[in-house]
Formats: sequence, structure tokens, C-alpha cells
Amino acid sequence: MSLAAHGHCLRGIVGRELLRFVHQRSRFVAALVRPLVWLFVFAAGFRMALGVAMTEPYQTYILYEVYIVPGLVGMIQLFNGMQSSLSMVYDREMGSMRVLLVSPFPRWYLLLCKLLAGTLVSILQVYVFLAIAYLYGVQAPAMGYVLMLPALIVTGFLVGALGMLLSSLVRQLENFAGIMNFVIFPMFFLSSALYPLWRLREGSELVHWIAVLNPFTHAVEMIRFAMYVRFNVEATLIVLATTMVLLALAILAYNPAKGMMARKGGPGGGD
Amino acid sequence: MNLAGGSRGAPQPVALEVRNLSFSYSGEPVLDDVSLALKAGEFAVLLGPNGAGKTTLFSLITRLYDHRQGEIRVGGFDLRRHSVQAHARMGVVFQQPTLDQDLTVKQNLAYHGALHGMTPGIASQRAARQLARLDMQDNLGLRVRHLSGGQRRRVEIARGLLHEPRLLLLDEPTVGLDIASRRALVEHVHRLCREEGVAVLWATHLIDEVQPEDRVIVLHRGQVRAKGGVADLLAQTGGATLGEAFERLTPGAPA
Repeated sequence: MSLAAHGHCLRGIVGRELLRFVHQRSRFVAALVRPLVWLFVFAAGFRMALGVAMTEPYQTYILYEVYIVPGLVGMIQLFNGMQSSLSMVYDREMGSMRVLLVSPFPRWYLLLCKLLAGTLVSILQVYVFLAIAYLYGVQAPAMGYVLMLPALIVTGFLVGALGMLLSSLVRQLENFAGIMNFVIFPMFFLSSALYPLWRLREGSELVHWIAVLNPFTHAVEMIRFAMYVRFNVEATLIVLATTMVLLALAILAYNPAKGMMARKGGPGGGD
Repeated sequence: MNLAGGSRGAPQPVALEVRNLSFSYSGEPVLDDVSLALKAGEFAVLLGPNGAGKTTLFSLITRLYDHRQGEIRVGGFDLRRHSVQAHARMGVVFQQPTLDQDLTVKQNLAYHGALHGMTPGIASQRAARQLARLDMQDNLGLRVRHLSGGQRRRVEIARGLLHEPRLLLLDEPTVGLDIASRRALVEHVHRLCREEGVAVLWATHLIDEVQPEDRVIVLHRGQVRAKGGVADLLAQTGGATLGEAFERLTPGAPA
């Protein structure tokens, strides 16, 4: 297969994902309403109770809604990543995953294209959310919005690969909903998305350590620093390494020779 | 770019060759020493009751997962060692519907073209040609949601043929269709087979989908019980009709 052919394949997969996204307006609205409710209701209510003292990368004391915006950006990507792997389970039951997998391109390439497509969709949602947050008064330097982009791409792959791995482990749609609750909520709440790590430590040493080990914490910090034109090397390295490991496992899980598909009888069931 | 081009590459003696294929899920055998071969332009019906292992056989031929015992060759290419060439030479129509309902026929076909590395221009040319042959050229811009079951199946067949494979696999393609669309579909695929020289493997449990000139492969409990022309099957079993022959070859199967 030539390089150009690979390009056509990528364009086709990304194009399909975007078209589907455009047609599922309710999904887009839901994806936006969730973080906006947090921003408008939760953050506004907690702003009195929870002022955030000076924390890196902020230069001054900040309002609570300023603090949680990067966490909510991570939340959008986390939900989107899980949702697109939910669609993989759904696709697999409906058979369109099989259409993808009978393409002559190598399977790892197809899965990477699929992840990139999901990531781009999540980034669209993120920028719409950031625009609304901007009008609401949470404003970062212009350059920050540009520098966030690579951080968003890496985060998209992180949560997408995690979702893909989970989708390969779960055969039934119903089980997957349960997994989402057990993955999304702990990942979000036990991270630095809502409170800085030092604050968590004041509450509980254990929660603090879980948050430190949670890769989502580092994804949020990576985004937070980028938004204020800073580069958090440690967080970025941790996120990159975790993403690589999850990607490798997800690709292995969908490998026809070693994967779990054969063991489980594969998608579609039937006879 | 056209990987499926028949004239290039290694010679293609047989469109599909399955040799001594066995497969089991967690210790339970599903396919047991299955062998079959299809020549170019041949229409073979894989006839078997539900649970015979037809879908598993299709999953292995499409390499959803790997076979461990036996050999599968598509157009002469070993599926495991040359999966790119093998995949480029097969088109598949799955049992369950696999079109995106919210997208148009054209968008669905363009997506499939991209998955085979086609430029948008080539994909759209071929989509138009395939649909014209199915009398569906006016439906290119329609959402799949608005098509009837029979029309959707025809779009899936057009999609399966978009990359011009030499082998077309159809897994119970008439499920959920009314009698008229079923007959139309059977006839259409037979015509493709005659006119284009595409080899067809058509899985079904319905005897009335077999036409007199077809080759029949009877699969039951993971084993090939008989293969040959309709006349061969009658002679082999002493049955007066194909129905009788099928019943004798698949004892204990739910009617």
C-alpha cells in the first residue's frame, strides 16, 4: 500500500467520524452541557467556599472557575474517548467495526486512524467549550489556546486508547456502561481536575496519592500549564508514556492472532 | 491504486481455497477439518442449519481472528502471510447491517473506498457504476435510513464490489428481506457471478436460494457433509429433492 493510499484511508475514517458527529447533534449538546453545568453552577457555588491560593502555573490568586476549566477540558475528552469506544462496542455489535477490520490496511494503522478521528472530534468540542468559557470570563493568553492543541491531541489519544482497550475486553454493551461509571468517575474525581493536589493532601493522604498515580491528573496539569503558556515536562512525559503503553495494549487486544476477539468468539455472535 | 486488479501480481488459480481448517472456542470445536475451493466465476452456496459454523468460517476467512489449524488462501495469497493482498481481493457482505444510517449512500461508499485506499474521485466513479448496475443510481444522495431493506442490501453488495474483488462473501444476506427482494437479490448476485467472473460464496440455511447450476457445500456441526452440484447431492443421498437430501445430510438439525 502506498503512502497516498494510507492518506486516503485516514481521510476516510476521519471524515466519517466528523460526519457522524455532525449528524448526532444531541451528542454534541450533551458533551457541552456537562462541563458548562459544572462551570456555571458548581464552580459559581463553590467560589466562596473554595478560593484557590496561588498554585503553579497561575501568577496570582484565582477564582475557582478559572481553576477548574482545564479539568473540564479533560472531562470533555474523557467522556468523548469513552463514548467513541462505546461506539466501537456498539459498532462491533452492529458490524461496522467488521467493515473497518476487513480493510487491507494493517490493523494497527486502522485503529490509530480511528483514535485520531475521535481525538479531533473531542478537540472541536473543547474549543467550543473554551469559547463559551472565554465569554463567561475565564480568559487565558491567546498563545495558550494554541499551545493547548498538542496537549489536547496527546490527551485524546490517552483516553481513546484506554477506551479502546476497555472495549476489547467487554463484549456486551450493558457491561460497558458499568465500566464507564467505574472508570470515568474515579478518574475524574480522584485527580487534580477539581482541586489542586496540595488541597487533596490536606483532605486525605490516600486520595492525594491516588490522584498522583492517576494519569488523568497529569493530562489535566499538562493542559493547564499549556493554557498559561507553560510547559510541564514531568506531566507531559508521564502522559506520553502511559499513552504508549495503553496504545500498545489496545492494538494487541485487536490483533487477530493474539487478541481477545477469538477467545470471546468475536463480535457479531451468530452461529 | 488498485490492489484488487486481477491481471497483476501472482496468478490466481482459485479464488478461495480453504484447506483442513479447524477451529474451536475454549476447547469446543466449531469447525472440524473444513476444506473447500472456489474457482473464478463459480457460485457456491454454503448451506447449513443455524449453528453449523458458517459465521465462524466467514470470520476466519475475513480474518477477524486468526485460524490456528489449516490454511486459507484468497486468490492464491495466504491469508496470514499476505493479508494485504488477500483482503484486497475479497468483498464481504455481513449478516448484520453495516451501513451508517445517518449518512448517504454516497458517503457510505466513499468511506469504504477510502478504507481500500481509493482517491475520492475513483471511489465515486465506481460507486456510480456499481449502483447503476443495481438500478440504484438515483439513490446516491439518499440517507440509508430512508432505504428499504432490499435496497440496503444492494448498497452493501455494491460496497463489497467497490474495490473490484475476485471473491464475494455473503453471510446470510437475505435475512429480514421479503420474498420478492430475496429472489431479486439471489438473481442479481448470480448475474454478477456470470457477467463479471466473480466467485461467490453465499451462506444460507434456506434451500430455496439454491439454483440448479450452483455448487452446494453442506456444512453441519462444523463439518463439510457434502459438496458438489445439486445432482451430485441427490445421487449421493438418494433424495428426490434438495430438501430431502439436505435433511439426510444434517440429521438432528432444527427444521
